[in-house]
Amino acid sequence: MRHFDLTAWIGVAWLALAGAAAAFEIEEDTTFAGTGSAQISVLSTTDTQAFAPVIIAFQKDRPDVTVRYVVANSQDVFSAVQDQAAFDLVISSAMDLQLKLANDGFAQGYSSAATTGLPSWAKWRDQLFAFAQEPVVMVLSRAGFDGLPLPRTRADLIRTLRDHPDRFAGRVGTYDPQQSGAGYLFATQDARQSDTSWRLAEVMGGLDPQLFTASGDMIAGVQGGRLDVALNVLGSYAAARLPVGGDGVIVAPQDFTHVLLRTALIPRDAAAPALGQAFLDFLLSEEGQRLIEDETGLPRINEAALAAGPHLRPIRLDPGLLVFVDPLMRQRFLEEWTAAVVQP
Amino acid sequence: MRPAGSIRQRLVLTLLVVAAVLSGLLYLSVRTVADAAVETTQDSILGAATVAIAEELRGGDDGLSVDIPYAAFSMLGATGEDRVFYRILIGEQTVTGYDDLPVPDQAPSGLTPYFYSTAYQDAQVRVGAVTRTVLVDGSQVIVQVLVAQTRTTQDAISRQMANRAAALGLGFFAIAAVLSLLTARSVLQPLQGLAEAMGRRGPQDLRPFERSVPLELTPLTGALNGFIARLRGALSRTETFITEAAHHVRTPLATVRAQAEIALRQTDDDATRATLGRVIRAVDDSARSAGQLLDHATVVYRTDQRSDEVLALGPLITDVAAAFHTTADMRDITIKVDVPHDTIALRFDRLLLESALRNLIDNAIKYSFEDGSIAIALKAEAGQAIITVKDRGRGLGDDSGQRLAGRFQRGANVEDVIGSGLGLTIVRDVARAVGGSFTIRNREGGGTCAILILPLG
Repeated sequence: MRHFDLTAWIGVAWLALAGAAAAFEIEEDTTFAGTGSAQISVLSTTDTQAFAPVIIAFQKDRPDVTVRYVVANSQDVFSAVQDQAAFDLVISSAMDLQLKLANDGFAQGYSSAATTGLPSWAKWRDQLFAFAQEPVVMVLSRAGFDGLPLPRTRADLIRTLRDHPDRFAGRVGTYDPQQSGAGYLFATQDARQSDTSWRLAEVMGGLDPQLFTASGDMIAGVQGGRLDVALNVLGSYAAARLPVGGDGVIVAPQDFTHVLLRTALIPRDAAAPALGQAFLDFLLSEEGQRLIEDETGLPRINEAALAAGPHLRPIRLDPGLLVFVDPLMRQRFLEEWTAAVVQP
Repeated sequence: MRPAGSIRQRLVLTLLVVAAVLSGLLYLSVRTVADAAVETTQDSILGAATVAIAEELRGGDDGLSVDIPYAAFSMLGATGEDRVFYRILIGEQTVTGYDDLPVPDQAPSGLTPYFYSTAYQDAQVRVGAVTRTVLVDGSQVIVQVLVAQTRTTQDAISRQMANRAAALGLGFFAIAAVLSLLTARSVLQPLQGLAEAMGRRGPQDLRPFERSVPLELTPLTGALNGFIARLRGALSRTETFITEAAHHVRTPLATVRAQAEIALRQTDDDATRATLGRVIRAVDDSARSAGQLLDHATVVYRTDQRSDEVLALGPLITDVAAAFHTTADMRDITIKVDVPHDTIALRFDRLLLESALRNLIDNAIKYSFEDGSIAIALKAEAGQAIITVKDRGRGLGDDSGQRLAGRFQRGANVEDVIGSGLGLTIVRDVARAVGGSFTIRNREGGGTCAILILPLG
């Protein structure tokens, strides 16, 4: 799962299933050399380009540490940790998979001033720690809704789409949950939150929806005039891409807006757990949080922001997330979803 | 005699031990009840989750369909952050979930959850298990649903409960400790009252103890009163005996002496006169010894049964000395008494003090040479009355004053003088009775110096 366009980065290596060393597909593998012999390996779903400022700032504190930053999609990150690949910190936006790893004993516990400072909803068992919170929004095209009121809720959207099937046919986009981990998480969370989302899926299914694997592509679709509605887009990306007053409008649904937590864990089999802990502490520190918000564009952990928006619902880090990781449940959900959305 | 422990200590200690045992029991029972309550609560949530999953199981033509309700697992996360494992199986075949999660040793019957604890993935887990019959492809299959939860939350709550139970136990013990001190005090009060009342009694107070005491102490006061009555009887018999004995010994001796003196005057035969003289001397000897024995007995009796009054020492000494003038004159011995004008008052038994002084002066006269002189002096110094009796007699020889004060001890240089050896013993006993001291020693330039020191007030 990649949210940034991949741009050239010094030292980026493309490795496809590179033998026994990594039984998963590495998208980027970058080494930020330090002065000493200490090395930390970070496995992440967040692009190197986005995360580089945080790593460079970390190395200002710890110049001796060489940071190896490996990017893969969330399913591969999950598999790599299950296969006990040697990483010291694992960062992923797939909360369900991260929780499954922690639940199944692949994470080690850690407690420090930084972790205890986290709100209780932003960590689980002192093994899983959230360092960014991202609302899951819809992006609408002003031009596409010309003459119509912009929908504020899912019910509004359903009504509008239902009333104008010709106008929106083929101009609605969302994640393909079969392909995208984040898309799957959003779809399952929508489904469990209300029946409205199933109705919305059915309505979208009647409109020949376009399916995507990344938020960026959907936003580009709206910007490029190919889409009028992009559903379940990561708010941080949309805000970064869409100029204020432009055609694309970000709408956080007022009925409920999920908030995705980007989480980090220290694998049980980490080679240098102390460095993993140091990096985690840096991510959660005031400086780390500021860099994450300002440089990577991911909103920092902010309880006040949640309190100010009653529609904002952080996806809870609890064993409920395990339900849709279950292969039978996944299969069942995808079948139902496909039946609703991909109509012949 | 060392006291055999303290009742209060023993009582307090016993009560504290009882309180400690009760506190311990309280702690254990609170913990047991709390642990059971916590486990029941956790089990019921676990059971609800398990049943919720089992109820969503559906049969059909194309196999078993599983729909795990999101809330089933989510509710397990509501009470804490426990890890959750689950397993759905048909017979031995795992349909989905953790296929190494241990199954129960007995098959649960129906939708009533069966709970058991087991180890799984390096942790202790509590498992809820239910079975459900589902119609799959026209035939009945039995599906088992297991949901397991680590016990982190339960253990944390149990620890918290244990701390509260411990605080409760300690609080209970602290209150019990204070109460046991108060109890010991209140229980021992009558006993202490009795002891103090007895302790306050004077030596002559031989009245029966008549204060009302608790039921448990009546045998003690009864025995005490019986003992007092017997003591009073014995004492009065002793007193009577002493008086009677003195009378019965002295009267016949006086008669014998008078008869011997008459006979002495009526005869001119030198041999007879010498014999009569020896008889008179022997009678004197006997009378004196009998007197001193009785004196001594009286002193012993009276030191236990003193009848104290305020005595003016000066006049008392003068009076006792005056009684010896005749005896002294017979041997041309002068007695000089030197007492201060100021009254020196001492609270003591008159008879005892007179007896002591009499013996001192009697001794001084006895061991003085003819034409000798005896100096009796009284002075008050540093809260003590010091009475000295000095003579220019033969002195103590090489004997120590200490030895001479022993009963029936006589000096080595006094074979020719009549004496019982009880005089100084009497003086010493009286000095002891009043809390003072008595010393006798050789006087510089010949003779003896006896010093009787009596504390005033």
